[in-house]
Amino acid sequence: MNTLPQQLANGLFLGSMYGLIAIGYTMVYGIVQLINFAHGEIFMTGGFGALTVYLALPSGTSMWVALPLMLIGGTLVAVLIATGAERFAYRPLRNAPRLAPLITAIGLSLALQEAVRNWYPQATSARVFPQINAGPWNIGSVNISSGDVFVIIAAPICMAALASFVRATRTGRAMQATAQDPDTAQLMGIDTNRVIVIAFAIGGLFAAVASLAYGLRYGQVKYDMGFQAGLKAFTAAVLGGIGNIYGAMLGGLVLGVAEALATAYIANIPGMGQFGGQGWASVWAFILLILVLLLRPQGLLGERVADRA
Amino acid sequence: MTALLEVEDLRVSYGKIEAVKGISFTVEAGQVVTLIGTNGAGKTTTLRTLSGLLRPTHGRVVFDGQPIEKVPAHKIVALGLAHSPEGRHIFPRLTIEENLKLGAYLRKDADGIAKDIQRAYDLFPILGERRKQAAGTLSGGEQQMLAMGRALMSQPKLLMLDEPSMGLSPIMMQKIMQTIVELKASGTTILLVEQNAQAALSLADQGHVMEIGNIVLSGTGRDLLHDESVRKAYLGED
Repeated sequence: MNTLPQQLANGLFLGSMYGLIAIGYTMVYGIVQLINFAHGEIFMTGGFGALTVYLALPSGTSMWVALPLMLIGGTLVAVLIATGAERFAYRPLRNAPRLAPLITAIGLSLALQEAVRNWYPQATSARVFPQINAGPWNIGSVNISSGDVFVIIAAPICMAALASFVRATRTGRAMQATAQDPDTAQLMGIDTNRVIVIAFAIGGLFAAVASLAYGLRYGQVKYDMGFQAGLKAFTAAVLGGIGNIYGAMLGGLVLGVAEALATAYIANIPGMGQFGGQGWASVWAFILLILVLLLRPQGLLGERVADRA
Repeated sequence: MTALLEVEDLRVSYGKIEAVKGISFTVEAGQVVTLIGTNGAGKTTTLRTLSGLLRPTHGRVVFDGQPIEKVPAHKIVALGLAHSPEGRHIFPRLTIEENLKLGAYLRKDADGIAKDIQRAYDLFPILGERRKQAAGTLSGGEQQMLAMGRALMSQPKLLMLDEPSMGLSPIMMQKIMQTIVELKASGTTILLVEQNAQAALSLADQGHVMEIGNIVLSGTGRDLLHDESVRKAYLGED
């Protein structure tokens, strides 16, 4: 089905998933000015964590029981790896030149991929991910699968919870203070190391939710699934204005919708026939990124602030 | 009686460059003590070391009977040492009220916090009028008021003020200095770093003159104010 509403729905699904992952990039960058390039792999390990829980359950367990347990399992794994990376890989390099943590992040990303590929049973190729046995539903001309429903419900809940956490709680205010001025935050009595760990943990949690959405939608998880998804989510974070949590979600949605529309409609433009379809989706996504960086370098919702580093 | 703050042979380095070269001084409870000196004398480095943002390479800092030279910054605040940093460093995208609440981050007494926020608004009415405004929209002088009000929110035993008059108009500077006099009168112990030596020495009980990392002269505020070498070097007299 190639109707416009269907493409918009596809875009919203993709975009919600990008947005959830982008939160992890943007929160960490906002607080420690680090691009955690291993975040795509944290997303991937979340998917394998969830799969592990599912495989441990007795066969025939209803997905309605399994799903919450899978979410908990995926979250545990992703949060543990995210906070472990902070503690053991990034924290020792907090005052090192910026290139050092960046290279560390890339190394960590490869290490996590290889670890899963080599040590997770039969993970050298894609592993089948369980499906919710319901739907698909037709709303007008739009066809929605059960996997879509999961993310379309989960993403707004996660975002609303995060927004009120950051705005209304004491830890949330400590987070804002640390992002704006880490030294002065310490002078207020804020343990900035703790704040940084929490930022990584929230990133891990959101990545785990996204990985479940991915598995449910595509019916599989694979050791390298974090590469593309991570790159797109990073793009979404930059698109929305890195450091801004609302920007991450907005950037995700804009990117997802743009990708879906480009896939479906570019080929209809006379002379552009060969540039449509799934194979070109990423190209159009990155062209969008380049345009935004040229026309509005701080991103859609970003503020033009001097670089602190 | 032992002093509230005792600094003994404090040395601080940035890499290979030693910015503070073994200074010693004390602050008694109820006193206003000032460190004066030109840019690069090591005054700000000293305050940043006392509040734990920098680590000394040598020396002892005893605050309220407890050695603090190895305590992390966020725990030093809890002991009652507040630091209003050079350049004000308010949180620009938070409101004035949120800034003040962050000053009371470690306190749990909601009633007391509300009362102290009100006290800050009484001290600086302009802050009360703009309490819901982003702090970054305030003028330099107003930001200084906010930084001082925020530091007071932790109910410190010792308030460290770094260059509170920096970059302010003469009227605003007078207002800030007047506030320090009021705080002193109400019994607040203050360690004041200033380039405006005249203003600082006229309200300080004790003063120390710093030059390239050393304390070169110490005395009561009044004595230093009348010292010939101080008048020549820092008060612009021939």
